[in-house]
Amino acid sequence: MKRPLRLLSILLLLASPLATAGTVKVAVAANFIKPMRAIAAAFERDNGHRVQLAAGSSGKLYAQIRHGAPFDLFLSADADKPARLASEGLAVPGSRFTYALGALVLWSADPGLVDDAGTVLRQGRFEHLALANPKLAPYGAAARATLQRLGLWEALKPRMVFGENIAQTYQFVHSGNAQLGFVARAQVMADGRLSAGSAWPVPQTMHPPIRQDAVLLDRGRDNPAATALLAYLRSAPVRALIRSHGYALPAEDAAA
Amino acid sequence: MSEANLTALLLSLKLASVVTLLLLLVGTPIAWWLARTRSRWKAPVGAVVALPIVLPPSVLGFYLLVAMGPEGPVGQFTRAMGWGTLPFTFTGLVIASVIYSLPFMVQPLQNAFQAIGERPLETAATLRAGPWDRFFSVAIPLARPGFITGGILAFAHTIGEFGVVLMIGGNIPGETRVASVLVYDYVEALEYADAHWLAGVMLAFAFLVLLALYALNPERRGQGR
Repeated sequence: MKRPLRLLSILLLLASPLATAGTVKVAVAANFIKPMRAIAAAFERDNGHRVQLAAGSSGKLYAQIRHGAPFDLFLSADADKPARLASEGLAVPGSRFTYALGALVLWSADPGLVDDAGTVLRQGRFEHLALANPKLAPYGAAARATLQRLGLWEALKPRMVFGENIAQTYQFVHSGNAQLGFVARAQVMADGRLSAGSAWPVPQTMHPPIRQDAVLLDRGRDNPAATALLAYLRSAPVRALIRSHGYALPAEDAAA
Repeated sequence: MSEANLTALLLSLKLASVVTLLLLLVGTPIAWWLARTRSRWKAPVGAVVALPIVLPPSVLGFYLLVAMGPEGPVGQFTRAMGWGTLPFTFTGLVIASVIYSLPFMVQPLQNAFQAIGERPLETAATLRAGPWDRFFSVAIPLARPGFITGGILAFAHTIGEFGVVLMIGGNIPGETRVASVLVYDYVEALEYADAHWLAGVMLAFAFLVLLALYALNPERRGQGR
């Protein structure tokens, strides 16, 4: 009983580069957990630090951070919550930046339902249209802006069902309970192609940008692993990886 | 109190009332059978009835969403009957809640029926009471504590339901957005003042329900049965 444990701890010690190795605890918005896992694995390999990820809705993570949750970094699904944390003195103000721009698609699991101009919304051959709760989820707010722009918000209201977050919205559509819905492009794209069903990529001009901001939290201020990961998030290979997952990126900090 | 809070609370009360009534109808025969049978199906049926106590609501909600969806067995049936699909409707919530709260009705009733024993029923039989008469004039009155406990627990448990509703409800005001889901919305939207209001009301309600339960059924305390 004792021996294997000791062996294991020795192995663990050998596996982590000594001296510099630290741990960074990251709170990640649920929509970004897939790319973040890939980024964390690459970061651990390149820098030797350990990364612990906790995924959840941004609102929940924000509340946890305010009540003392031990996170070093926060990758939110919006720009508002990191800004709030900075103004509340819980995050390092200058550290905030946009790590990804969300892209919205109107998607159906049925390959023949959604055309590539979204006219299906006007024809109305569907019972339920799913979107994320606009009050809670940035993708929901973008979907509402799109429908308002199309002049369909009021007309379609009786057919709308609301997911608590974008993952649940996807589940409503994926299971066919809602014939179509507004989901994140990152959820339905694999290797740059639509993985199933039919979709209308909503033009970015239809809604205010879905800015997903990251911020260094107060607890991570003096944690080298946290600052290293923050810089790593802005590196070229990571930006390419984020794009390959279906997100866009703001052009201006391409050099960072 | 805001209109949204009131709508959600009324919807919760309506859901719990309908579900409790349905559970009295569905749960009583199941409990009676479980209490009296010597069938080898007793253990498996009892286990199935108790499943919702042990299963995470997320598991139940996920299965219900899939089963009631257009590709699922229940969904194909309801569509063939021309009723559409059940998720995102009040009817869907009622059916899900009946399943979810079933053990809270059946188990107290089963205990109450078992506690009656054979004697009162045999005595009634010697007085020429038929099986239905024995059930309605002997078993049901004697099982009154079980009905009170089961009814209150099923009602309160349905009010407190959250995970299942979240997964199949679709958050539609006046239709599927019950109070527990609205509290969650408030917290997620950082509207903590509204969250406090509604959460406070629900806390007071839960306490009063349990207080009523313990006050009405004092003899059950401490005896284990």
